[in-house]
Order: sequence, then C-alpha cells, then structure tokens
Amino acid sequence: MALSGIQIYKMLPQTNCKECGFPTCLAFAMKLAAKQVELSACPYVSEESKKQLAESSAPPIRLVALKAGTEVKAGNEVCLFRHEKTFYNKPGLFLRVKASDPDLAKKVAAADAYKVNYVGMDFTVDGFALVLDSDAAAAVKTVRGATKRPLILIGDAASLQSGLSACGGETPLLYAADASSAEALADLAKGKAALVVKADSLDALAELTQKVQAKGVEDIVLDPSASTLGKSLTVNTQLRRLALKNFRALGYPIIAFPCDAKDEGIAAAQAIAKYAGFIVLSEFKPELLYPLLVLRENIYTDPQKPIQVQPGIYEINQPKPESPVLVTTNFSITYFAVANEVEGSGLPAWLVVTDAEGMSVLTAWAAGKFDAERIAKAIKGFDVASKVAKKRVVLPGHVAVLSGELEAELPDWEIRVGPREAVDLPAFMKQALN
Amino acid sequence: MPVDIPKDKWPGSVRAVTIGATSAEGGTRAKTVTIGGETTLPYLQFEAPTPNKPVIAIEIKSRKPDDWSPLLAEAWGEAMNDPAQWAKRAEDSGADLLVLALTLADSPDDAVKAVKSVLAATGLPLIVWGPGQAEKDNELLVAVSEATKGERLVLGICEDKNYRTIVATALANGHLVQARAPMDVNLSKQLNILISDMGMPKDRILMDPTTGALGYGMEYGYSVMERLRLAALQGDAMTQFPMIVTPGFEAWKTKEAKVGEGVPEAWGDWKARAVNWETLTALALVESGADILVLRHAESVKRVKNAIGELVTA
Ligand code: B12
Ligand code: SF4
Repeated sequence: MALSGIQIYKMLPQTNCKECGFPTCLAFAMKLAAKQVELSACPYVSEESKKQLAESSAPPIRLVALKAGTEVKAGNEVCLFRHEKTFYNKPGLFLRVKASDPDLAKKVAAADAYKVNYVGMDFTVDGFALVLDSDAAAAVKTVRGATKRPLILIGDAASLQSGLSACGGETPLLYAADASSAEALADLAKGKAALVVKADSLDALAELTQKVQAKGVEDIVLDPSASTLGKSLTVNTQLRRLALKNFRALGYPIIAFPCDAKDEGIAAAQAIAKYAGFIVLSEFKPELLYPLLVLRENIYTDPQKPIQVQPGIYEINQPKPESPVLVTTNFSITYFAVANEVEGSGLPAWLVVTDAEGMSVLTAWAAGKFDAERIAKAIKGFDVASKVAKKRVVLPGHVAVLSGELEAELPDWEIRVGPREAVDLPAFMKQALN
Repeated sequence: MPVDIPKDKWPGSVRAVTIGATSAEGGTRAKTVTIGGETTLPYLQFEAPTPNKPVIAIEIKSRKPDDWSPLLAEAWGEAMNDPAQWAKRAEDSGADLLVLALTLADSPDDAVKAVKSVLAATGLPLIVWGPGQAEKDNELLVAVSEATKGERLVLGICEDKNYRTIVATALANGHLVQARAPMDVNLSKQLNILISDMGMPKDRILMDPTTGALGYGMEYGYSVMERLRLAALQGDAMTQFPMIVTPGFEAWKTKEAKVGEGVPEAWGDWKARAVNWETLTALALVESGADILVLRHAESVKRVKNAIGELVTA
C-alpha cells in the first residue's frame, strides 16, 4: 500500500540536514509521497527504510510479461486518461484456438504469419489463447510447432498442468483461478507462469489476488467477468482508479474476452480504449484485426509526440532526373499516405519531406509550419535542383493557395498543384505530369 | 476483502439540448430528440445514470454525391437520387435524427425544397449543413432557416471564420447551431463564447470538437473530447454543451473504407473492413463522450446503437 508523507517521514533520518534540496525531512517526505522526487536524493536513509520505501513506490499496476519467442507486456500504467501522460503498454491481442480443432496447426500458422503495415510500422497478432479441450500437452506442442508467440492456456487444473508441462522455458498465462481452484493453480503457476484470477465482484477478486500472492505468485492478471459493455466499462474504470490510488490487491492488468461478446469488434475496441491489458479474439479476421491494431496504436500514441519522419528527399521507385518532385510534410501519417500511394503505383518520384514539425498538411499550413518559405527552404536545402532535369514541383491540392507565393520564392521552378487526396496522385502523375 | 469503490462527484454538468419541435411546440416533427444532461463521465452508471442516451444521425445529401465510396452507393441505391426517399430509408435504418448536407450545386430554392421534402418524408428531427464554403453556407442556410421557422433544426457548420450569419438566422427562426473548432479545448470555448455573446441561448448550441478517422488523427479528437467533458463537469460553463461528431464523414474518406482493389491483402474483406472503420471510429468517440454521432452506413448505425444500448443499461 502506498505510504503517506507522514509515514515516509517516520522512515527518514529526521535531521533536516537539507542535503536533499528541501528545508526539512518532512518536506522531502511529502514530495516523495507525491512521487515528485527520487529517494536517492537523500544520502542518509537506512537500508531498511530503502527497502520498505521501494516496495511502496512500486508501480500502481504490476507489469506482467508473457514470454516465449516474443514478449507481451501489460501493466505499468499511470493514468486514467491518455492526455494526462500517455498509455504505455499496448494490450496484447490474442487469438483463441482450440486444442480439439483438427486444423489447429494450420490456423495458428496462418495467423502467426499475419503482418500489416501502418505508417511504416509492422503490426502482428501478439499470441494465442489455447483452449485445452482435448490432449493439452499434444496441443501445446502442435501450437509451438507453428508459432513462437506467447500463449494463454485455458482449461481446468488437470489440463493446465499437462499443458504447462509441455511449455518449456517460457512464461504463459494460465486461465483461470477462482475461489475453489486458487490454491492449486497458484502452486502450479508459481515460478512458471502468470495466473488469471476470476471473480464477479471486486471484493472477491481482491480476496483471490491476496490468496495466490500468499502462495508466491506475483504475476497476476484480473478477469472481472463483466458480461456487457456497460459492466465492463464500469469495472475496468473502477479497477484502474483503485490501482492508481495504490490499492495493491487490485493493481494488476486486466484480461478481456471480446470473443464472447455480441459484437466482437465493438467489445474489443472498448477494451483497447478502456484499460484492458490482454485481449482475446475469437478468430483470425484481418478486416477486424487491422482496424483494431490501428486503434490500439492511436490510443497508445504519446499525445506529446506526433509520430514523425525525418525531413529530407525520399526516392520512390528509383526516380530518374526526369521524374516528378512532390512535396509533403513530415507527419508520419501524411508521409506514408503519399509514399505508399506512389510506391504502389510503380511510378518513380522524388518526395520532398519538409520539416513541418510533425503536422499534417492542413494543420501545418494553419499553424504556419508549411508555407512557401519552408517549402522553398527544403527544396534548396536538400539540393533538389541537382537531382532533377526538370525544375517542377507538385504541391498537395489542399494548399493550392501557396502556389503564388512559392513561385515568388522559387522563380526558376514550375509550380503545379496536385490533387487533394493522395489516392488520386497516381492518376494525376500519369495524366497531368507528362 | 471489502473494496471501497472511489466515486467522483462533480460540481458541473452538461446542458440538456432538445432538437426538433412537434406541432404542439411550433414545428412539424413527430418526435424530438434530447441529448446531454450528463453529470459524470460517459456511462459510469455506478456514479449516475446517463440521463439521455447518445443518438445516431444518418447523413444524407440533397444531391447524389459522386465522391462517396461505392459501398455506400450500393447500400443506399436508388434512394440517393431523392433526399426524401433517402431520408425515409435512413429512418427505417434506425436513425434517431438526420443530417441533410446541402451541396454547392444547390440554389437557395433547391435547398429549401430539399429540406422541406425531407421534413415531409419523415418525422425525425433534422440537422442541415451547408456545403462548407462560407458564402454559400450563409446563402443556403438563411433561406432554409426562414422557410422552416420554429422547427428547431440544427444549422451548421459554424466555425470561427464564419458563424455570425448562421447564428443570427438560427436565433431569429428558433433553430439551433453546430459550433465546430479544430480539436482544441480553448478554441471550442472561444467559439461557444462568441456564439453565446450574440444572444444564442445555451440550450441551442451543439459543440463539434472536430473528428479525425481511425488512423488519421482520431486520437487527437478523442482526447480533446475527454478534456472538454472533464472541463464541463468541473463547472466550466462554456464547455457544457453536448458534443456532435462526424465519424461517418471522416471514416469514409479513408482509403481503408473507400478502396477495394490494389490494397494490401492484410486489410481483409473490403466491406467488412470499411464498416469496421466507421464503427470503431464511432465507438471510440462514444467512449470519449459523443452525444450525437453522424454516420453513413446502416450497418454501422445498427452496431453503434446496440453498443450505446448496452452501455446505458447498468
Ligand atoms: C489531427 C488534426 C490536428 C492535430 C495535429 C495532428 C498532426 N500531427 O498534424 C492537432 C489537434 C494537434 C491539430 C492542431 C491544429 N489544427 Co488541426 N486538424 C487535424 C485533423 C482532424 C486531421 C489532420 C490529419 O491528420 N489528416 C490526415 C493527413 C494524412 O492528411 P494530410 O496531411 O492532409 O494528407 C493528405 C492530403 O493532403 C494528401 N497529401 C499529402 N501530401 C501530399 C503531397 C502531394 C503532392 C499531394 C498531391 C497530396 C498530398 O494526401 C494525404 C491523404 O490523402 C484536421 C481535420 C480533418 N478531419 O481533416 C484538422 C485541421 C487540419 N486542423 C486545423 C487547424 C486550424 C488546426 C490548428 C491551427 C488549430 C489551433 N489553432 O489550435 C492547430 C494547429 C497546430 C498547432 N498550432 O499546434 C484545420 C485547418 C483549417 C484550414 N484549412 O486552415 C483543420 C482542417 C480542421 C478544420 N476543419 O478546421 N490538428
Ligand atoms: S537529505 Fe535526508 S536527512 Fe537531510 S533533510 Fe533531506 S531527507 Fe532529511
């Protein structure tokens, strides 16, 4: 449990020597309680106090890592709203597969190979949730033959035991301990696996985490068993709030099962936005996975840092001196919208990415970060003229208004206005730029 | 182990706003729609019930659009050629109210005719958008506003560069306005102040925080909405308006929704993906506090409505 300033004060030397930079030990203690300073600023704390304080300053939500050939982490979050800081560990997306499925190996292999690109990043499925409804050990081996990603094992105590015994040198997640199975499963999981505890009230959930923790299991995941969107929003919010208030018994990541919801996509989207750490989906559907992966990226993007690319001149499809010159901004989404479109068309082009402080075309234009002056500076700075035979530059259609000013800045260049949307660029390049 | 559940109690609340007027109230609508009134964060039933559940508007146009995704053209079919028919189909698809978007090709007479035909075809409350060019917006919206006095339509879209004419005509004819600011808490407040200062009653303003599509800036709008709602609950009067968002418009602009061929195989089935794009954009905004969601595809409408239904039942 988190300590108050007064409790911390009692563990400090109480000499008011000021070396920590604060006038009194009490002032320093208050700052510590508010997590605004590091304990190491006081050179005189005893080892004993250090240990106690370290425990109380552990993150409000325990970081739980599932490990195999890859790793999936959840927890360590520090806020309720992303704008307060950021959300850190993207919830893992797991696909549910069944041990009894004759196509198990094939299905796992297909989903394992899935890869989708969003603004230059490759996204994949994070792991598999294996339902142990027939020979568990054999199924684990089959799955292991098809993927190196972490596993969630779902079954009763006996099947979990045999499934776990087939897992070597990895950390899976076992599902799930309830009031009757908590002790047995804790013994099973200890030192080998993370463990889900499942109950339908927070009181019971807290009881269970204490029970399995007493048995030596630290890596715990919560299943609050909420059956509707409303219930799950309520309980996940309560859990996040309690954890942030340092209520240790519930300071663990949450697992969600959109696979059982009426509308899987909606339930999974809510789980991503509202605090789930592990998310189990019913089957491999790229048309749902892709938007969910993008949603997760959006929600977990640090609001203070727009995703950017390096300003510069980018060569697309091996441009030659006569290939066209296109200008855009260095906001990742913008850059990739244009670059992917041109690349996909097979048409060669020089793409000049100006430093617009990571903003989209119109945002940057409205903020004065994408104007004729900046564009001209980029064209000159990257020495575009030396690379091309024809001094002609294409502006995004949304900033057609800049063409006059740009002519003034670049008198020996021909300024052309392209289409508004990148999708229409290939057609424009074929028709208008010959 | 007994757990003490922390509850928030807020000094402020969102204003309730009613759109549309029945014949008893000076209009012709069969029903009205009331939104807003929240006293806590979205759907936290353990703190307070959701007094008015968020609603779905379906966006239709006065003329058949030529730049909409083929999937939408397929879904609405012939109805797209006639706003009245389209409105009827939208009502049958579960819309709680409608958005009629006028186009640059409309004359004031065309606009009035389209609005009247939509009002005659359905009993739903109506939001009318200009084509998005200041002069044309003003010309068309003034004509529409005068011809529909007392209907409590919502007129939009007011932005800082162009709001006076729209607000004045809405004020004179008993309508409401939609106030859009580009994803910024302070700019939203500022525009709401300017509009209120013209004498617009506070229960006739809808706040539009600007929406980005999933993958194209959605998260900025998402966080601005959370911040606006928090400000409203903390008692900041100029943020205490219901929020209207346009996930349909934004999502259907994206390549993911618009294009079926020559895209990565990893994007999956086109139609399902396109509807997911709109639905998930909308759902995220539902979570961050939207009161009116303007959508385009009937399947998204059904899914988002069901989700809201599940969220408001404790
Ligand atoms: C997300 C967003 C933001 C985010 C910024 C995100 C970022 N890193 O850029 C935030 C919230 C920070 C923001 C802030 C502002 N914003 Co803003 N924002 C948006 C929003 C919602 C989406 C922009 C986006 O990401 N689009 C996606 C990218 C991929 O689009 P894009 O860069 O234009 O690229 C496309 C095309 O231009 C084309 N293209 C790109 N390059 C090229 C090159 C060539 C050659 C060709 C042919 C085509 C092409 O292809 C791309 C895909 O089709 C838009 C509204 C909207 N829904 O579009 C408003 C918008 C751009 N913002 C606007 C404004 C006014 C602002 C602010 C000035 C408001 C303010 N005072 O605070 C600030 C400015 C920033 C600042 N001072 O710090 C206005 C601009 C209005 C105008 N026309 O002047 C918009 C249009 C909203 C509105 N309707 O009022 N914004
Ligand atoms: S350095 Fe340590 S002992 Fe000295 S005032 Fe600060 S807290 Fe107290």
